[in-house]
Amino acid sequence: MSLYDIFDALERGPIGEAIRNSHWLFPVIEAFHLIGLVVLGGAVLVVDLRLLGLGLTRQSIARVTNAAKPVLYCGIAMMFGTGIPLALSEMIKLYYNRSFWVKVTALAVVLIFTFTVKHPLIRRENTNRLVLFLIGLISMTLWFTVAGSGRWIGFSS
Amino acid sequence: MRWFAEWLDSHAWSTALHESLHMYPIVESTHVLSLMIFVGTLFIVDFRLMGIAFRNMPVSELTSRILPWTTLGFVVIVSTGLMLFYAIPVRTYHSIWFRFKVVLIVAAGINAWLFHRRMKKKPVVWNDDPVPPLHVRASAAASVLVWSGVIICGRMIAYNWFDCDKQQPGWVQFLAGCVPEDLIH
Repeated sequence: MSLYDIFDALERGPIGEAIRNSHWLFPVIEAFHLIGLVVLGGAVLVVDLRLLGLGLTRQSIARVTNAAKPVLYCGIAMMFGTGIPLALSEMIKLYYNRSFWVKVTALAVVLIFTFTVKHPLIRRENTNRLVLFLIGLISMTLWFTVAGSGRWIGFSS
Repeated sequence: MRWFAEWLDSHAWSTALHESLHMYPIVESTHVLSLMIFVGTLFIVDFRLMGIAFRNMPVSELTSRILPWTTLGFVVIVSTGLMLFYAIPVRTYHSIWFRFKVVLIVAAGINAWLFHRRMKKKPVVWNDDPVPPLHVRASAAASVLVWSGVIICGRMIAYNWFDCDKQQPGWVQFLAGCVPEDLIH
């Protein structure tokens, strides 16, 4: 079974089918995907700005990160909850869409980076300030890549 | 107002932007990315005011350190939004989604104005409270709801279900301000 076959089978599934058969389901889920983007983006930005020495500088980095975590998880849940159904409705189009592959690659990298590098290094109290600055820069760049290439899926066909 | 949209539409640059292979998607993407900055940072402040996140930080700290980024995002999103309107003025002017969006933006603005006016009048004694008073939470919740409505309407502008060039029910024609000559038979 090739990757294409898997994408094809997923597109034929009940969720993809239901979304394709509806005029308004795709646009509505898409709109909520944007609201999720905003929630996720806010949680990422306050922490990454803090790592860059901007925003909530009177609070420690660990404190800002912990305060933002529930919002971050909520945003990630909203994005997967809406993004997966959207993808299921057009798997074959996505298979041939370069922006989609850029997006999922950047997404995988940023999620792994966040949970195996960013959060552990923030928890450790003696992490070098330059390293923290770079973490903020990398995290922000990756998330903007995910968002930008995500928007671009709709432009490239 | 229609004449203004038509006047914009007659500009060569309007057509050039609309038909540009790269410029239109770039402006549109910048609009979406600045949405993340503008509403993203605004929601962080709203969540704090609602008492559902960042409870252990003073409200004044979030408003003074985060809202400047909201303003920055606002400048970019309004600039790119005006460019998007300039690229497709007549259709956008008649879009009911665009019209709802403008009404909601005005509502969000009034809500924010009332909130800041009240903040200035009365001393903020709840600055360090994990959960602010009810009227503050209500105002922040209204902000989240109305801005979410703005996002939904904005996204829907792209869809042509209610466009004037198609046969529409009376209420749509009324809300969209359709003129008969736009109907393609």
